[in-house]
Amino acid sequence: MRSLGGAERRFAEQAEPVRRDPAPSRLAYRMDRLWLTPMFRLAVRVGLPFVLAVSLVGGYLADDARRAGIAKSLADLRESVETRPEFMVKLMAIDGASAPVATAIRKMLPVALPASSFRLDLEALRAEIEQVDAVASAELHIRKGGILQVTVRERQPAILWRTEAGLEMLDATGHRVATLLNRAARPDLPVIAGEGADARVGEALALLDAAEPIRDRIRGLVRVGERRWDIVLDRDQRILLPETKAIEAVQRVIALDQAEDMLGRDLTIVDLRNQNRPTIRIAADANAELTSLETGVTGQ
Amino acid sequence: MTDLYQSQRAMRNMRRAAMQRGVVAILDVGTSKIACLVLHFDGPEEMREDGLGSLAGQSQFRVIGAATTRSRGVRFGEVDAMAETERAIRTAVQAAQKMAQTRVDHVIACFSGASPRSYGLAGDIELHDGQVSEQDVARVLAACDVPDFGAGREVLHAHPVNFAIDHRSGLGDPRGHVGNRLSADMHLLTIDTTAVENLLYCIKRCDLEIAGLASSAYVSGLSSLVEDEQELGAACIDMGGGSTGLSIFIKKHMIFADSVRLGGDHVTSDISKGLQVPLATAERIKTIHGGVHATGMDDREMIEIGADCGDWEKDRRQVSRTELIGIMRPRVEEILEEVRALLDAAGFDQLPSQQIVLTGGASQIPGLDMLAARILGQNVRLGRPLRVQGLPQAATGAAFASTVGLSLFAAHPQDEWWDFEIPAERYPARSLRRAVKWFKDNW
Repeated sequence: MRSLGGAERRFAEQAEPVRRDPAPSRLAYRMDRLWLTPMFRLAVRVGLPFVLAVSLVGGYLADDARRAGIAKSLADLRESVETRPEFMVKLMAIDGASAPVATAIRKMLPVALPASSFRLDLEALRAEIEQVDAVASAELHIRKGGILQVTVRERQPAILWRTEAGLEMLDATGHRVATLLNRAARPDLPVIAGEGADARVGEALALLDAAEPIRDRIRGLVRVGERRWDIVLDRDQRILLPETKAIEAVQRVIALDQAEDMLGRDLTIVDLRNQNRPTIRIAADANAELTSLETGVTGQ
Repeated sequence: MTDLYQSQRAMRNMRRAAMQRGVVAILDVGTSKIACLVLHFDGPEEMREDGLGSLAGQSQFRVIGAATTRSRGVRFGEVDAMAETERAIRTAVQAAQKMAQTRVDHVIACFSGASPRSYGLAGDIELHDGQVSEQDVARVLAACDVPDFGAGREVLHAHPVNFAIDHRSGLGDPRGHVGNRLSADMHLLTIDTTAVENLLYCIKRCDLEIAGLASSAYVSGLSSLVEDEQELGAACIDMGGGSTGLSIFIKKHMIFADSVRLGGDHVTSDISKGLQVPLATAERIKTIHGGVHATGMDDREMIEIGADCGDWEKDRRQVSRTELIGIMRPRVEEILEEVRALLDAAGFDQLPSQQIVLTGGASQIPGLDMLAARILGQNVRLGRPLRVQGLPQAATGAAFASTVGLSLFAAHPQDEWWDFEIPAERYPARSLRRAVKWFKDNW
């Protein structure tokens, strides 16, 4: 028994494990060569995943209902983020605007408050607010606590422009501020008239500044033929200014007035349009009196 | 003959295609190992100012993959068991491809067996118009009278060695010379058709295209002879596992090649028989302790030869190194004697310089050069293959002489007969007529 066991063991020792053939099989060799082919390698490593991904996604999205579902869930997600309390605008604060302007601005807000700040196009709203004549510029931002802060700089009326339609208030740049029903409501503002006068408000203001010494006599400025100014004084007097160097002409008139009290005399027109030849027109009564003085003959 | 001529031409075209693709495999089918290199061609490098390139102009290719496997199914350098050989080639090619990380489709192969035989051919023609043209070169090569080398043999190499015009001999390139008679000498190497067909079949089974074939004796001469040895005359003895190749070079042309069907494996089998050890053990003992010159020291150097049979007496055997040398030396002497006989038959003693270069795996036996000097002549040296770019350190030894030589052959093949133009009168008239007919039919 024992010897048999020993013999078995020896037999087992002698039988070596079958050595594997180191050579690749024909198939393995061919696959290996195929895998080492550059184009094939590229196709498998790049092309195949790409085609798979595209076809999977495409196949999933080919169904209309699925596409709609995805769009809806995206919209829902967006909605839920937008309507979070952190993004809600609850009220609107307007600074620097008078009561009627503020009311007008409140009416312009396209959505009813409270609304999500994502729904508010501040830039468009600002542009719209700046369309209001009385508003020079507006600044909008959303303050902490959900407040839409509107800071408005209003236009300051500098002059009144009388037209056939009525009386308009203009600011220093000539932009309309508001319509005035009654001249007496703003006695502090000078009046200009004439077509195209609103485009030359700056000139008018400069002329008025230059004519400061006779300010209390000035009734207003008239733009003549859209090219030059007339200064209209009380007692139906009128100073005709040239197109160019109007300010110097005014200074000249004032100098004459201060030296000779020219405007205090009985004349109707001081014509400075030709600066080489300033001309005055004497009033009709004074003219007659002057004639009689010269001839020594009275009409009676 | 014409078939082989055509197939060699086809191989040259294949080689050109492989060069264009830039990757070609080198396959050395030997008796003891099969080596495969994957070469990458970068295109011709630009010449330096002095007209020379780096690495003697061999740097236009790089070895990007190298693999060696134990050969199976090859005996005496010839395919013995087809399936085994095919598997061994597959192993080597796959490993080299894996290292190179690229696929190789074209292979240039060499083998040592198939009993190569050399012939010297001569031919001469009258020149029609005084000056030698390419057609004249083709005609003179065609005029060489081919000896009857028998059925079942094919031409492997056909090198034009020398051209002579009238009485001026030693011309390398006769084109443009003026004269009346042009004569050419050609060296023809024939091999057994069946042996080479078996090898080609094995390579085809591995899905590879043959881009060239070479005799390993020739290519190991290319790699281990230095330039002046090739110029002045030298013999390269490639001592492989199953056969020993001999090639004689002069004026940079091979003029003779032959092989002895004895090699290192016979030494191993002698040791195996003499010491009664398995072949693997005998091979190990040969490579570690082998030699051919016994000294007094070797009597005292005892080698454990061991065994695994369970008998203590047998498992504890020892031999002295002298005994081992006593077994090896007669066989090595026999190989060298055979080579000597071949050299004598080839008229090697007529050459101006009689340098002998020993290379191949079996040339690494210590003391072989002294023994060879006694038998072959005084000018003996051990040769190692040229360094090529990217070759792994493990493949730079003498055993890889023919592998490296084949790489050089792949990069710069010598002009062979089939690289020249086909003489005009050899074009078959029928093909012209067929071409005309084709045009008539289709237009």
